[in-house]
Amino acid sequence: MEAAHWLVLLMTLVPSSVPQPKDDFQEELVIRPLHSGDIYASFQFRTLWDTDFMRENKVSHYRLFPKSLGQVISKFSVRELHISFTQGYWRTMQWGQPFIPSPPGADFLRYATLPREIVCTENLTPWKKLLPCGSKAGLAVLLKSEKLFHSSFHSQAVHIRSVCQDWQCKTTSWELRQTVNSVFDLHNSGQAKREWSLFKMFSRTLTEACPLASSSKLYIDITDNPQGEQFELSPATSLLSQAVVLGDRRTFSVYDLTQETTFGSVRSLNLLIRWKSNEGEMLRPLLHAERYVAGYGLQTGEIHTLMYNNHPYRSFPVLLLDSVPWYLRLYIHTLSVTSKGKDNKPSYIHYEPSKDRVKPHLLEMLIQLPPNSVTEVTVQFERALLKWTEYPPDPNHGFYVGSSVISSLVPSTVAMDTNSTRERPLFSSFFPCKEESSYFVRIYTEPLLVNLPTPDFSMPYNVICLTCTVVAVGYGSLYNLLTRSFQIEEPNPGLAKRIANVIRKMRGVPPL
Amino acid sequence: MLALLMLNILAYMTPNPDKTQIIIHLLSVISQNSAGQFFSSGHTNNWAVLVCTSRFWFNYRHVANTLSVYRSVKRLGIPDSHIVLMLADDMACNHRNPKPATVFSHKNMELNVYGDDVEVDYRGYEVTVENFLRVLTGRLPPSTPRSKRLLSDDRSNILIYLTGHGGNGFLKFQDSEEISNVELADAFEQMWQKRRYNELLFIIDTCQGASMYERFYSPNIMALASSQVGEDSLSHQPDLAIGVHLMDRYTFYMLEFLEDIHPASKTNMNDLFKVCPKSQCVSTPGHRTDLFLRDPGSVLITDFFGSVRKVELTMDAINLTDPIKQMEENPVNGEEQKEVYSYADQLPVSEIIHQKPKQKDWHPPDGFILGLWTLILLVFFKTYGIKHLKHIF
Repeated sequence: MEAAHWLVLLMTLVPSSVPQPKDDFQEELVIRPLHSGDIYASFQFRTLWDTDFMRENKVSHYRLFPKSLGQVISKFSVRELHISFTQGYWRTMQWGQPFIPSPPGADFLRYATLPREIVCTENLTPWKKLLPCGSKAGLAVLLKSEKLFHSSFHSQAVHIRSVCQDWQCKTTSWELRQTVNSVFDLHNSGQAKREWSLFKMFSRTLTEACPLASSSKLYIDITDNPQGEQFELSPATSLLSQAVVLGDRRTFSVYDLTQETTFGSVRSLNLLIRWKSNEGEMLRPLLHAERYVAGYGLQTGEIHTLMYNNHPYRSFPVLLLDSVPWYLRLYIHTLSVTSKGKDNKPSYIHYEPSKDRVKPHLLEMLIQLPPNSVTEVTVQFERALLKWTEYPPDPNHGFYVGSSVISSLVPSTVAMDTNSTRERPLFSSFFPCKEESSYFVRIYTEPLLVNLPTPDFSMPYNVICLTCTVVAVGYGSLYNLLTRSFQIEEPNPGLAKRIANVIRKMRGVPPL
Repeated sequence: MLALLMLNILAYMTPNPDKTQIIIHLLSVISQNSAGQFFSSGHTNNWAVLVCTSRFWFNYRHVANTLSVYRSVKRLGIPDSHIVLMLADDMACNHRNPKPATVFSHKNMELNVYGDDVEVDYRGYEVTVENFLRVLTGRLPPSTPRSKRLLSDDRSNILIYLTGHGGNGFLKFQDSEEISNVELADAFEQMWQKRRYNELLFIIDTCQGASMYERFYSPNIMALASSQVGEDSLSHQPDLAIGVHLMDRYTFYMLEFLEDIHPASKTNMNDLFKVCPKSQCVSTPGHRTDLFLRDPGSVLITDFFGSVRKVELTMDAINLTDPIKQMEENPVNGEEQKEVYSYADQLPVSEIIHQKPKQKDWHPPDGFILGLWTLILLVFFKTYGIKHLKHIF
């Protein structure tokens, strides 16, 4: 009776808690073995939160969603945020299409890029701190900087946007996706055999899923390996999953980390992929692009952008966005777009001229790429001379021009899934699909490195030295000639003469 | 008991109105003598400003110097929020580094001073003389984030460490500009007048480093340098795999000395002055203590390099403030959300092609205004006669 009394008292003391909006965390890792023997690993961590940051009542209780990002979203009324840090350039022809494309350097939405940002552990550390489990449990334990940055390509990104909660889409929830895309090079890691394991890639194995995650899965792409003739996967798993991603139906072996049985008797999962044969062709990507600077000298130049449409009979539209810094003065009257040797007039051109030291050029064009062709976009430019205080400390390195962004709706060989709310792996639900016959793809070209005419920074020092020397020697000599008086001085007599002079002085006789 | 201990430690680390109430309550309970002993060292928080001013791969050792001091300072308790780390170039992920994401301080790659948990506040081109002086004096634009500010007060002990290439009276920043010893002394005087420090320890590891502290004139500054005027500071040893010199001698021996310090150690400044004698360093390290009020023998190393909290145990109970009531959630609106959302089209081709051109502002045709005025004048003179012309001209 007493105990019940106390219990009731305790219950009334606890303030009535309002049900918190539902939040959910999922993590997954997709590993795709590439034909050259390299491995493409893509991590995705997604937090979904059914709340509204734009309401007047401020959100105060954060559980899985990081508070620092939540405060930024509500203070600045952000609707969508995409920021990525990338080291290296994605080689579409060798590696296929990435799940999440990103340009080299730092990128914010589509328009703001810093091509020269170097990504290192100091960028990864605060990124890892945004995850609910940090880097202590789940898939994030594999993110060790010493192995991760020893790769051909590394990209980490944060994407925040609103998504529909259900198919009716009357309410939205906030989605935060943190992604890491990395390509590990076979030769770089110093391996003799063509064999990969989680330990070799990340210097860690998996021991448990993140306790806060509702789903934690590891997918291996085995589409090119239906009978196990290309590579061998161990430990074997019976779970298979199919998904349509990037216009192709792919099959995956699935390891569910929330199940105890995945880890086996040793309580740790060290996946092993052993290559057996070198044959097999990679599917050629339907769209890829290149960009380079032509010309000679430090005055003028030409930017060439090439876009390849590898589809045998379908043409598709492509939106090309170029943001060129103001110090490359583009001559838009020399802009030409040619496909298969003939002129190809873009359906839409939008150009915003640059303003010196204020904003860059913005050129956006919608071009229809004919089937099985190369489209070349060329524009001439002139290099500007900067003021001497505007040069960075290492101007002879060159100046970077950010990547062009090419967005396109590429025809798909397989029917794409337009139902955006069905349970799907995270990597196949990044870009929502509106129609079944094509899928959205975005590729980035290489950034350019151009040399601007650089002055000789030692010139002011040289001029000062020379002028001061001339003035000192010239004026100094003149001053001496005018103001000094000259006297004849007897040379110092020898010792014998000096003694003789002393004796003569004593005698009172004039000296020698 | 343990809860009270934790409360004490937390109370110092997070300024919070509720918790400061607890401190004041607590202090009044303890006797007056121990309260005086509590604050005998004079400082309540520690800050560190660590600057590497050199760019380019062959200046790897300067980054390694700064990172090893960063490592020691973090290990002894100063959190990242109280450290302003400025590195002028990136060595760890530099394409010439055979082991990416590492910076080593000793050959045979024994100690990776870059580590796994490093936060750099100013990197690359941001490390300039202007930014450095702005950080010291606190005159930063309002949009600067907290991690890039030195938010010290008059009870802060600040450690300032500079390394790079220097000469007699100047320190070179990134091979393009210099800071002179006069500017530095004036910056410290500004800090003193704004009450931005309690005590300041200034360490510099460059050639002719002693020239940089010659001009200081503000009180409570202690300075150490790796070499005297006219001497060069030398580097320690190269690593054949990495291909560059890994560290400078003075900082290398100072790191060895600091590795033996732990948060509870009682080593004082006199031991730090003895680090790296001429036999090891080849140059003669110097120090300056005339501006410092306390005797260097009574100053602990952890007063500057660590962030040691004083903890007092108490047996008395403390009344906390009333429990925080959860805010009443506004009742959900009765009316249903009529609006239906949908995803925007990623590439709306037809919309782009059939866009209406933007409305430009309408301007009258060229010469129109001039023609209009000519017409008005002609009509005027026709009506009133040409004789009026001479009144105008």
